[in-house]
Amino acid sequence: MSVVIVDYGAGNIKSIQFAFKRLGIEAKLSNDPTIIKAANRVIFPGVGEASSAMKMLKQSGLDDIIPKLKQPVLGICLGMQLMCNGSEEGDTKGLGIFNVEVKRFSNQVKVPQMGWNTITNLKSELFNGIKENEFMYLVHSYYAEQCEESIATTDYEFTYASALQNENFYGVQFHPEKSSTAGERLLKNFLEL
Amino acid sequence: MLTKRIIPCLDIKNGRTVKGVNFVDLRDAGDPVELAKQYANLGADELVFLDISATLEGRKTMYDMVLKVAEQVNIPFTVGGGISSIEDVDDLLHCGADKISINSSAVKRPELINELSQKFGSQCVVVAIDAKQIDGKWMVHLAGGTIPTDLNLFDWAKEVEQRGAGEILFTSMNNDGTKAGFANDALTKLSEIVNIPIIASGGAGSTQHFIDAFERGNADAALAASVFHFGEIDILDLKKDLRNNNIEVRL
Repeated sequence: MSVVIVDYGAGNIKSIQFAFKRLGIEAKLSNDPTIIKAANRVIFPGVGEASSAMKMLKQSGLDDIIPKLKQPVLGICLGMQLMCNGSEEGDTKGLGIFNVEVKRFSNQVKVPQMGWNTITNLKSELFNGIKENEFMYLVHSYYAEQCEESIATTDYEFTYASALQNENFYGVQFHPEKSSTAGERLLKNFLEL
Repeated sequence: MLTKRIIPCLDIKNGRTVKGVNFVDLRDAGDPVELAKQYANLGADELVFLDISATLEGRKTMYDMVLKVAEQVNIPFTVGGGISSIEDVDDLLHCGADKISINSSAVKRPELINELSQKFGSQCVVVAIDAKQIDGKWMVHLAGGTIPTDLNLFDWAKEVEQRGAGEILFTSMNNDGTKAGFANDALTKLSEIVNIPIIASGGAGSTQHFIDAFERGNADAALAASVFHFGEIDILDLKKDLRNNNIEVRL
């Protein structure tokens, strides 16, 4: 099983690499299209600001490569948001893999949402062995709206999509690599898809 | 529903925990990695490591420690102490830290908060504020509380939010070490003034103190050191008690 973490300069990828190591997998970091295309599994991470992350993605030409991948791809946090149609953050056009918009929480709640919240309405083999209302760790100011592609929802200000799926593309708003044993189970499930 | 967080804080000097710990089932109670794993298993929601090394050698050892914690611990952790530049933060994040905490360096040069949040995102920038109530006014102090400033806690909190901080770690020096409870009035006011999460620190002595910090102080998280290190409060029991008091926690 070869796992490649897309390394385009955005985010704390070390934690993801370590999380796979705890599962016995040496995940490679790469921005090389050939290596990414050849991997069995691709992780698309992202931490930071949407428009600058998208700029870095374009500089390495990966904005063209990622939507065409055929193997299971998992976007995490900002990675998931960049896979959507677009984000209010920096008025950023996304990769359009998920047919949904990314918006900012209002000031009715504390922004960013930071901490452990539950995931419900679980609808994917990605959540095998993970119970309804399991806790996951989230840190984000922007969210994907509820939509047909939701495979998990979370409540903060309102109910939003905390995980998405379109064919071989998966996205999670939470950080499985930081979500204790439940997060590790999700990563293991991703390897077994 | 977003839960309230319980955060043990470990003081690190030259790669080892100081102030001592009292866990019977640890092979090496001074090893921060072992302690971190223990706390993660006990149900801690996050960890904070505070580097109090005074030497360059001690700082370098800290990076090795951060790398090992990231490798072995599956919950988020923050690193603070002596961070004053983009390079410091870049290095720590590359070692696997999830968030960094700045304190004196932010007061000395507030633009640092803008620079860090623009480069790395607000989510990883925690601004720690140590304050002491003097004649009814909460005044910010630096260098572990030894140097007073003219800054008012609430003005400074508002400013750090506007500059892009993602979270505030507020330590009340009046309460720190007293085990008489958190500074709930100041916490309440902070929560009214800013719209980012507040971590309460200083004064934890009993379960009731945590309940008060969340219910009366409106804190989003509570941090403590000695009550956890010396087993005076068991994290799992604490979280069960919080839930029995209708405070949402991860169990």
